[in-house]
This record gives sequence, C-alpha cells and structure tokens, in this order.
Amino acid sequence: MRETFTKGMARNIYYGGAVFFFLVLIGLTVDTVKRLPATDNRENLTEQVAAGKRLWEVNNCIGCHTLLGEGAYFAPELGNVYTRFGESTEAIKAFIKFRPVDGIEGRRSMPQFNLTDEELEELAQFLKYVDGIKTARDWPPNIQG
Amino acid sequence: MKYESQGIAKLYFIAAIALFVGQILFGVTMGLQYVMGDFLFPEIPFNVARMVHTNLLIVWLLFGFMGSAYFLVPEEAERELFSPMLAKVMFWVFLAAGALTILGYLLVPYARLAELTMNDLLPTMGREFLEQPTITKIGIVIVALAFIFNIGMTVLTGRKTVINLVLLTGLVGLAVFFLFSFYNPDNLVLDKYFWWFVVHLWVEGVWELIMASLLAYVLIKVTGVDREVIEKWLYIIIAMALISGLVGTGHHFFWIGTADYWQWLGSIFSALEPIPFFMMTLFAFNVVNKRRRDHPNKAAVLWALGTAVMAFLGAGVWGFLHTLAPVNFYTHGTQITAAHGHMAFYGAYVMVVLTMISYSMPLMRGKKAANMNAQKHEIRSFWIMTISMVFITLLLTGAGIMQVYLQRYSADPLPFMVVQDRLAHFYWAREVAGLSFLYGLFLYIYSFFAKGEEAADVE
Repeated sequence: MRETFTKGMARNIYYGGAVFFFLVLIGLTVDTVKRLPATDNRENLTEQVAAGKRLWEVNNCIGCHTLLGEGAYFAPELGNVYTRFGESTEAIKAFIKFRPVDGIEGRRSMPQFNLTDEELEELAQFLKYVDGIKTARDWPPNIQG
Repeated sequence: MKYESQGIAKLYFIAAIALFVGQILFGVTMGLQYVMGDFLFPEIPFNVARMVHTNLLIVWLLFGFMGSAYFLVPEEAERELFSPMLAKVMFWVFLAAGALTILGYLLVPYARLAELTMNDLLPTMGREFLEQPTITKIGIVIVALAFIFNIGMTVLTGRKTVINLVLLTGLVGLAVFFLFSFYNPDNLVLDKYFWWFVVHLWVEGVWELIMASLLAYVLIKVTGVDREVIEKWLYIIIAMALISGLVGTGHHFFWIGTADYWQWLGSIFSALEPIPFFMMTLFAFNVVNKRRRDHPNKAAVLWALGTAVMAFLGAGVWGFLHTLAPVNFYTHGTQITAAHGHMAFYGAYVMVVLTMISYSMPLMRGKKAANMNAQKHEIRSFWIMTISMVFITLLLTGAGIMQVYLQRYSADPLPFMVVQDRLAHFYWAREVAGLSFLYGLFLYIYSFFAKGEEAADVE
C-alpha cells in the first residue's frame, strides 16, 4: 500500500467504522423489534404454542428440517406445512404419530418420538402459528416450501 | 519457541485435530444418509449425526483458536503466559465438557438429554448450532472467561502489538456474542433475529478478527516482511469486515418476518462482505512475494496462501452468489446454503487453524520446520483436502441449482422428497469427495509422524 496511507489512518477507519456500524445495527434492531407486532403473529402466541416450540426444540426438529428456511436441508420446510397439509392440524398430528419405529427401508424417515396426544396438539399448534408469521413476499416461494 | 508456556498450545492442537477427525467421520456418515436414508436408523438418526458434525466443528475450532492464542500471545507480548496452570486446567475442563456433551447426543435421545440437564429451568437447547445443554453453555462461558482473563492479562502486562490487540478484541467479541445463546423467547421471530447475533456476528464478524490476526502473525513469521506494513493491512481488512459485516447481518433477515427494509440493507451490505476476503488474498500474496527470507516451513506458507484464497472463494464468492434478496428468495435454505457453508468454514476457519498448527507444531517439537518428507505429506494432504472440498462445494451447488429449479422455480413445483430423489447422483458424488477429504485428513495426521531428511534452513 502507498506510503501516504498510514497505519494510523487504517486504524482510525477500523475503530470509527466498527463503532459507527455497530451503533447502526443497534438502532436498526430497536426499530425492527418495534415493528415486529405487525408481522410476527404474536396475537396467536398462546401457551400451547409456546409449549409446542419447546417440543420442537427438545426433539431437535431443526436437525433435519428447515423452519422459515433455517435449519438442516435433509427434510421438508415446515414454515408453511400447515398450508401444505390443507390447513389441518389433524393431518400434521397424524403424520408425526404414525412414523414407523424402525424407519422405512432404504429411505429417509422421521424418527418415532412417542409424543402424547396433548404434545402432538401443542406441536401442531406451534406449526400453525409459524405459518401465520407474515414473511416478506410471503416466503417460501410456493407451497412445496 | 521463545517462551516455555507457548508449548501449552500443543495440547489444544492435538485435541483439535482429534475432534476434527470425529467431525469428518460424522460428515461422511450424513453424506451416506442423504442417499441411503435408513443408514444407522434409528440408532443414529440424521439430526443426531448433524448435531455431532456441526458441534464438533465449533468445539475443535475453538480449541484451535485457543491453542493459537496461547502460542501467539506470549511471543507477541514478550512474556510468559499469565497463568500456564489455568490454561492447562481449562483445557481439561473444556475437553471433558465437550466429550460429555457429544456422548450425551449419541447415547440418549435428545429430549431425554434435555430432561437430564434440566433444560426447563433455562431452555436454550434445540436451536441450530446451539444444541448444547444449558449447563454446557454455562461451562463454555466459564472456560471462555478464564481463557480471556489469562490471555488478557498476558497482553495487557506485556508488549502490546496490533496483532495481540486485534486477536483479543476478536476473542472478547466471541465470548460476548455467545451470551445471546441464553436468550430464547417463545416468539419465533425474535428468537431467530437474536440467534443470528451469535451465529452471524461470530462467523461474519468477530471470528474474522481472529482469523486475520492469526494470518498476519504467521505471515510476519514466515516472510520477515516489516510489521508496520502487515499491521496496516490487518487494520484495513478488519475495518472492511466489520463495516460490511455488521449491517450485513441483514441478509439473514429477509424471510423471517422482520421489516422489509432488510431486503435492501442486507443485500447492499452483504454484497460488500467479499471485499475483506479479497483484500486478505491480495495481502497474503503481496507479502509472500515481498518476503525477506525463505522460511524452511514451506507447508505453513502454503496453508497461509491457501487460507486466503479459499476463504475468499468460500465465504466471499459463494456467499455473494446467494446473498442478494431476489436470488435468496429462491435459494434460501437449499443445498446452495450447504455448499457455501462447507467451503466458507473450511476456507476461512479450518484452514487458518491448520496454518497456525503447521507453523507452530514443529517449533513446539524443537525444530524450525518439519522434515522434508513430513512436509511433502502435509502439502499433499493440503491439496487432497482442499480439492475434495472444492468438489463437495461444486456438487452441492449443482444439487442446489437443480433443487431450486425443480422445487421452487419451475411452473410445476415438485415436493421436497421427490426432488431429493432426483439429486441422488450429486449426493453420491459428494460422498466420494467426502471420503477423499477423509483420506486427506488421515494423510495430514500421518505427516506429523513421517520421518525424513531435515529441512534446509536458508535464512
């Protein structure tokens, strides 16, 4: 690099740039959080949904599926599964409930998690709530996720 | 090696390499599960294998960063480590916590592990990369604090170089942003938003500081180029990393229910994110070309150059490919993401740790460089692992493009699993590339034991 561009100048760009853009990120974060009620479907965030989210977590569902596009890419997107399954929580529950214990020969299969009926309902309600989150351009692009 | 306490790095590096092997073994297992869905089912279902694969990566990279810091900081600070004892104790604490956590993943169902570790008291489990039980997370914080205290005291009471201060800033940032892993609100959008404060601000933020400072250190050592020149580069690279990367976090806020303006902000700033990586490539080649000596450790020089190039390709180019919102609309959460993730982690973080190991390990074993035969094997393993990773990335990219077309873009979109079946050829070829990577890794390990003629030291 040219001698006219000194180490001191580089250092100032680093400190100045880092502090400035960190503050910008904080400002945008405050604004984003303030705007969330318009999109995040919090009106439907019931205790049942919260319990469903915990089940989603402690069974490590994200280890195979994506949820709003984040997670593993081994199994289908579930952010819109409620719509894909014909807006039926019953269909979601039935799918989870009847997974074979030993899998399906030669194919990918979801494990049998032995959830109770109450837990199945909570998980299904959680997925219904996620489907209600208003994502930009109504992502995912189509019903297949 | 100028200071005795630098030798502690050896422990950390040995653990890092051992866990690296574990990571790749689970990687090839998952690769097989992509095409033979029932492989090891239900004993080791895909989600468990993946959790082990990604968590081992994180843990071994942390071992690598800590080992690197223990080697580099005393030399830069021109004093012994503040407390070698604390460094040794924390090594065993971290190794035990890591091993127990991985065993927990493998030996009991995840839900049972959550129960055993009382996840309900402070639920933090079950989010991608943050699957560790809460108690493990607390352990990580304790180890990180002890580590930063030890390194910080060494830096602050010794000679303060730019490399030391940048590294310390990166490490403090790593610890601070990890604290967001304890925040897990019921509101999924909030949860996702702040989850990225750990994941993005690590790998596209403070880890870049760590990476750049390690690379700068090795380049000073192997090229003999003036410190002033290298420090100027270092400042400008990390300046660009943070200027682009902080607001660049927004490329993760396109489709998770956050405000629409992120589509613009995220696209623009993340489009700038390749710049620091490109500068790193310029930097590395520039200083190697201007070298004032030919260091006998040819392998370390190769790793350093390789890191710069592969980080630019993996993090820079492959990141840019799908970072603009109109493109990401179709590619988000497909094999394109997986392709980028593999090459970015390998190119930036795996390779920078291997660069540090390559440079420092011979010194800790009482030599300036490994013998000629060992270096020959190490260089061969560099090419095998790197080329394998290029193929893994290209094949996953191919799979991703087809997936996007069939599942999301064509007039008649097909269901996920139907599309996956059509990608089988890509996945089989990827598995072959994965096995080739594993072979390269074994060769790498063998290089530490290979005997041969001593490297010529021409200063």
